Amino acid sequence: MRICLAFLLALGGLRAAGPETILLRGATVHPVTGPDIADGSVLLRDGKIAEVGAHLAVPKGARVIELKGLHVYPGMIDSSTEIGLSEIGAVREMNDVSDIGLFKPQLRAATAVNPASEHIPVTRANGITSVITSPGGGIVAGQSVLMHLSGWTMEDMAVRSPAAMRLEFPRIQTPGGRFGGGEGPPGRTSAYADAKKRYEQQMRDLNDFMESARRYQQAKSAGGPDFETDLKMEAMLPVLEGKLPMLIRAEKEKVIKEAIAFADKQKVHMILERGTEGWKVAAELKSHNIPVVLPPSYRLPDAEDDPYDKPFSVPGELSKAGVTIAFASFGPGSENNPRNLPYEAAVAVGFGLPREEALKAVTIYPARIWGAGDELGSIEKGKWADLIVTDGDPLETRTQIKQMFIKGAPVDLENKHHRLYEKYLAR
Amino acid sequence: MKRAALFLMALPLVAAGPPIVIRNATVLTVTKGTFQGSILIRDGKIVEAGEKVMVPEGARVIEAAGQYVMPGIIDCHSHIAADSINEGAVAVSSMVGIEDVINPDDPDIYRALAGGVTTANVLHGSANPIGGKCQVMKMRWGKDAQGLIFEGAMPGIKFALGENVKRSGSPGNGFGATPGLRYPASRMGVEDVIREAFTEARAYQKEWRDYQAKLDRHEQAIPPRRDLKLEPLVEVLEGKRYVHAHCYRADEILMLLKVADDFGFKIRTLQHVLEGYKVAREIAEHGTGASTFSDWWAYKAEAYDAIPYNAAIMVRKGVLVSLNSDSAELMRHLNTEAAKAMKYGGLNETEALSLVTINPAKQLSIENRVGSIEPGKDADLAIFDKHPLSNYAKVEKVFIDGELYFDREKDMEERPVKEAKKKALIDKEKAQEKKDRRRPGQEGAPAADKKTEEPGGGQ
Repeated sequence: MRICLAFLLALGGLRAAGPETILLRGATVHPVTGPDIADGSVLLRDGKIAEVGAHLAVPKGARVIELKGLHVYPGMIDSSTEIGLSEIGAVREMNDVSDIGLFKPQLRAATAVNPASEHIPVTRANGITSVITSPGGGIVAGQSVLMHLSGWTMEDMAVRSPAAMRLEFPRIQTPGGRFGGGEGPPGRTSAYADAKKRYEQQMRDLNDFMESARRYQQAKSAGGPDFETDLKMEAMLPVLEGKLPMLIRAEKEKVIKEAIAFADKQKVHMILERGTEGWKVAAELKSHNIPVVLPPSYRLPDAEDDPYDKPFSVPGELSKAGVTIAFASFGPGSENNPRNLPYEAAVAVGFGLPREEALKAVTIYPARIWGAGDELGSIEKGKWADLIVTDGDPLETRTQIKQMFIKGAPVDLENKHHRLYEKYLAR
Repeated sequence: MKRAALFLMALPLVAAGPPIVIRNATVLTVTKGTFQGSILIRDGKIVEAGEKVMVPEGARVIEAAGQYVMPGIIDCHSHIAADSINEGAVAVSSMVGIEDVINPDDPDIYRALAGGVTTANVLHGSANPIGGKCQVMKMRWGKDAQGLIFEGAMPGIKFALGENVKRSGSPGNGFGATPGLRYPASRMGVEDVIREAFTEARAYQKEWRDYQAKLDRHEQAIPPRRDLKLEPLVEVLEGKRYVHAHCYRADEILMLLKVADDFGFKIRTLQHVLEGYKVAREIAEHGTGASTFSDWWAYKAEAYDAIPYNAAIMVRKGVLVSLNSDSAELMRHLNTEAAKAMKYGGLNETEALSLVTINPAKQLSIENRVGSIEPGKDADLAIFDKHPLSNYAKVEKVFIDGELYFDREKDMEERPVKEAKKKALIDKEKAQEKKDRRRPGQEGAPAADKKTEEPGGGQ
């Protein structure tokens, strides 16, 4: 064990130039998109999966890693995080998630991700190999990035940048909260009326903004002499052209319906984010072919009189209705740890989601949702070799992640937490 | 009337139903191993637990083949079932207590129950160095406020250190200098507030002792004026009230242990104690318990060195450790939180389950009543469909005092009925609204709303 660790350390958590060719052998291989392969092999070459099957021959110069009794799965994908943007959420200086203003399509998460964030190795240790990191705040918050959780720079890490344009759909927001906020000044009608006015204004602003972007698109293609570049408008062009999806955050039924109507009218490709009441509009989501980035399963019911297990059963209900789903942690935060992504998926299994679907919703489904279905999310020839080696079911807490490969290279599973553990255990 | 009430309170809160036998389950006793067998419950207590138990005539038999029974889960840090949490206007709020604000209608009680929780230590918030009094409760959903109280549990009080406490003293550039800010604004001030309070409490204790001494000598004496803030602190000094102290960093943990030593009392539990692993030896030496999160970290500066191995290291160094929720949501799956202590630090199954059962019971001194499956203990039990340390497991039934408080099957059956009732209410409301709209100027009509839309309207 120790030798193995030392060996991995020597290789470095971060890839040296040109990864070696590696043959993983003797494990149960779980391709996710196909049947499991007992005593299976996976060949890693040039960062990609070169071959998968039972009893592959050892190519010349390949290093063989024997994995008898272990399992190989594709690395898991977290479909909504702030990893790299927020180191300590409460410390302003360490938080780059949101900026000033309501319409900021030109802001790119990829710009501000810190590749040396402690959250990256901590999250990796539980089998997550790539994540979506998104900007937040305002209405059009900016551009999300889909990235591998390994690399010296964003250049190494990015799979898709941008992967989506994130929109926090306007809604009526009244003050509330248990530990502090309270209900604001007395007279709730007044607070509600103000919130409603604010919401109506924001809806007008959003529609105006889309209209401006369209006019800009026309002006640009007309190519008149007075045309001036506008970076905000420029950033919206891929959305209007249908090349970049909009990740639209909406929770309540009413807001989700409005978001769907908006996406229809604006002809944008929509991914629903959170959609806590998405189960109420499952048929519409299905008929519009809108995938859902699920809210954390580990949350309280959204309404006081919802069944106690509603948050646990929703993934199964949406899946049954034919909606494509992906799990997400929305972390890092106190209750939202990206490293707990597999457990968010597992809890839904107890309440009706088939186990294979749960596994797909942290692997191949998110890969497809983020337009990387031919690059990530399963063990198939030609995809990035983002793999994990486990001693059991990766959705179970007690399972240990033994090894990890990202872009075909072994990844160090050591992290700040384990280092502190060893240090203080020895005290 | 008063006598009747007292009489009722003295009665144990148990429905005298027929005996119950939970049969053919995997029984995780936590303290006496795991076996395939049955449990006999009578008068709210566990009478027998073994591979074969006698089934008395008329007993209600619950077939639990393939299922798992564990002791009801105990959460040593919760804020559910209370109307309010923080009295933060003062740095010492020991005069207030959760007992006075119990809300038995909080749906989080039922939700916790559905996660296998039967007992919770409900704490005051962390706004001040010395906070309000705590209340240990059983999740007896449907009972009134008095009915939730864990009768006979040791009283407790919340202390808090670090960032939450400092916050009210330091908005932006303030550092306590701005008028109206509440002292303390630093960890130095936190220590001072606690020392000042116990210095006062000692003087107050002496006043009462002197008074008592005079009475004992049959001298004339005027009783001191009662001080509701200092009374609970005197109880702490006299070992009659437990201190549950919110803390994060190793330095502040050691500070508090030192203060307690200097004043001659014990800290019963350190709560959160995310850097407890750094000073586990000192915590163990002080005989203090630790109640921590499984894996929260990095949400604030003082949580940046938090590690998920915290519980395991402290266990290995001899600290009595529990895992808590501090969250109505996390509370619903403390069983799988316990599984994390196996993943991080390699505790075994029994050690892991102890973190949410017998250990918190010991921390609250209720281990003679709850926390394990043993004859003589309260029949507080949770039945799971799979091993409770599996993420795929869900709770099927929960008993408290031998009474069935949660039954998944029944919950599922009642759903359509509740849906129909809700729909009828909404339809009725809508019909009424329609009627009102036809009569403008009445309550609820647009014209009446207009008035209250003005800022400050209705004041």
